[in-house]
Amino acid sequence: MFSDYSMSELGAIFAMQGFAGLILFSVFVLMALGLAIIFGQMGVINMAHGEFMILGAYVTYFTSIFFADYMPALFGTYFFVAMILAFIASGTLGLLVEWSIIRHLYKRPLDTLLATWGLSLILQQLYRTAFGAREVGVTIPSWMMGSMPVTDMIEVPINGIFVMVLAVGISMAVYIMMFRSNWGKQVRAINQNRVMAGAVGINTEWTDRLTFGIGCGVAGVAGSAFTMIGSTGPTAGQLYIVDTFLVVVFGGAGSILGTIASAFSISQAQSIMEFFLSGSMAKVLTLLVVVGILMVRPQGLFSLKLRK
Amino acid sequence: MTLSKNPLFTRHEAAAFAVLAFVIFLLLPAALDNFRLNLFGKYLTYAFVAVGLALCWGAGGILSLGQGVFFGLGGYCMAMFLKLEASTPENTSIQSTPGIPDFMDWNQLTELPLWWTPFYSLTFALIAVVIVPVIFAFIIGVAMFRRRVGGVYFAIITQAFAAILTILIIGQQGFTGGVNGITDLRTLKGWDIRTDEAKEVLYYVNGALLFVVLFIAHFVRKSKLGRILIAMRDQEDRVRFSGYDVASFKIFIFCLGAAFAGIGGAMFTLQVGFMSPTLVGIVPSIEMVIFCAVGGRLSIIGAVYGALLVNWAKTSFSESFPELWLFGLGGLFIAVVMLFPNGLAGVWTEKVLPQLTGLWKSRKSQPQKEEALQ
Repeated sequence: MFSDYSMSELGAIFAMQGFAGLILFSVFVLMALGLAIIFGQMGVINMAHGEFMILGAYVTYFTSIFFADYMPALFGTYFFVAMILAFIASGTLGLLVEWSIIRHLYKRPLDTLLATWGLSLILQQLYRTAFGAREVGVTIPSWMMGSMPVTDMIEVPINGIFVMVLAVGISMAVYIMMFRSNWGKQVRAINQNRVMAGAVGINTEWTDRLTFGIGCGVAGVAGSAFTMIGSTGPTAGQLYIVDTFLVVVFGGAGSILGTIASAFSISQAQSIMEFFLSGSMAKVLTLLVVVGILMVRPQGLFSLKLRK
Repeated sequence: MTLSKNPLFTRHEAAAFAVLAFVIFLLLPAALDNFRLNLFGKYLTYAFVAVGLALCWGAGGILSLGQGVFFGLGGYCMAMFLKLEASTPENTSIQSTPGIPDFMDWNQLTELPLWWTPFYSLTFALIAVVIVPVIFAFIIGVAMFRRRVGGVYFAIITQAFAAILTILIIGQQGFTGGVNGITDLRTLKGWDIRTDEAKEVLYYVNGALLFVVLFIAHFVRKSKLGRILIAMRDQEDRVRFSGYDVASFKIFIFCLGAAFAGIGGAMFTLQVGFMSPTLVGIVPSIEMVIFCAVGGRLSIIGAVYGALLVNWAKTSFSESFPELWLFGLGGLFIAVVMLFPNGLAGVWTEKVLPQLTGLWKSRKSQPQKEEALQ
């Protein structure tokens, strides 16, 4: 199959395909980070994670419209405002959901799965009723359009680079929050031993709520970033949920580094196989390999040694 | 109820079975027109899955989010046989290759793939309806339960299987009919399954099969195996330390649930006349869990009522208020989980039954435990 291509063409194809894989990697990382916090640290299965992302995307969409209508001069910068707003919107919704539903179900993880699935159905219908069933796309600011030539044959889209930069930035922020801040220390303490953490004076209830809120907020930012490379519809969130869970489980729940490593391997495997096989077969093979590895190594790639 | 005196049916259980038989075989056929009865026939096929889930999840504590996979495998096995019967060379003479299913012809296939050929035989297809889902369940079960993967991880991985199978079916259009599924099924051994009479007969066949499945499930629950399952759900380690091979019990019950789902899928194909990936994926698989949760995850009879009620509500709601249906379904999920974790059966045994027995004052009965309504 390679005989039709010259050597330099092949190199360009692999580079482009690798770059497509990197964009997919950024997407996976952004999606999975919020879930890694919620599922990995709290053990809560949030099936409505995708809908929190979509909320962020809609917030971005409306911010862009607002800027276009009232502050066209500042249109190039709307995205940064939108990201903060998306974090606040999704995070607030997360706090509300934790308070009303999740906190009653901490002892029954399988039931949180069903309840949050119900929540995701309600949110989907809410988006459809409020914003219409049609997919919406934002106007990308002009500095993000076009592509950057690397060599004569290889070109990389600027919005792709931007999403990658964002993924790196948000990962760093999450890492610093988890391992350098007081909140992160409390979350990890609760994860290791809830009763002891409470005994030494950590407000476990409030920390749980905050953790869930921050996880949802990160999902909102991820959704905001998605608008740069794709359109948003009410049911778009559901498409991502299985991938996202697999990324987190494959990486080893509880390990942020594992999540990033697994996002990298899954995305690269998928995008390289996509070149040789049809898109659906590449997806099937990737998922099968991931599930197969999980069957042999259920604790995932990076596992924390915890006394259960 | 003591262990030494443990009849197969207590009075309450016999009554519950009798009431369900009355509802399915007399009440619904008398009350509904042909179109509605056919719809309820479709709902009954979901009840097979719900009963299997009541065993796996309610008794065994294994939540599978991939029951749609087994439902689909059973359904596709049946659909392949029916499709081959419908694709005689005479019926398909306008195709470029007569004698193969129409979707294969559209996808430029010129001969029947080898793995389709056994499905010319009805016997093979009927065996495959049960065996294929069981083999799949066995492989998944051995791989997961032997390594002591359970709970949440099991749920997520079974869900991944539902996603994989859907993508595969949609992607391999030429072999599976793609996103439309296998449609235009006509006859079963020369018997036209599309007529109103056939639909009515199939409804009764469905009901009868469902009762066979219910009796098997009831027997399993009543046997020593059933009690070990419940012990395992509540204290897995203690059962393991008592010398039981926990994984084998889990694999068995998971395979049994898969077999029930497969039968349900095959009956769905017959009753509705098609099979498509929309019944395999993540969404239908989770909906099947909610049938079981609404009915009461501990009760096999409750699971049947759950399947019938949720689907009936879904149909009537989406007919009159299509916008509201998802709100209703979502709210149902949350309400069942938070307010009625044992579903309708729980409400019945905890709230209604004590009232009734109090009214009758037939004798001083103790408050019924959850085993009472199975």
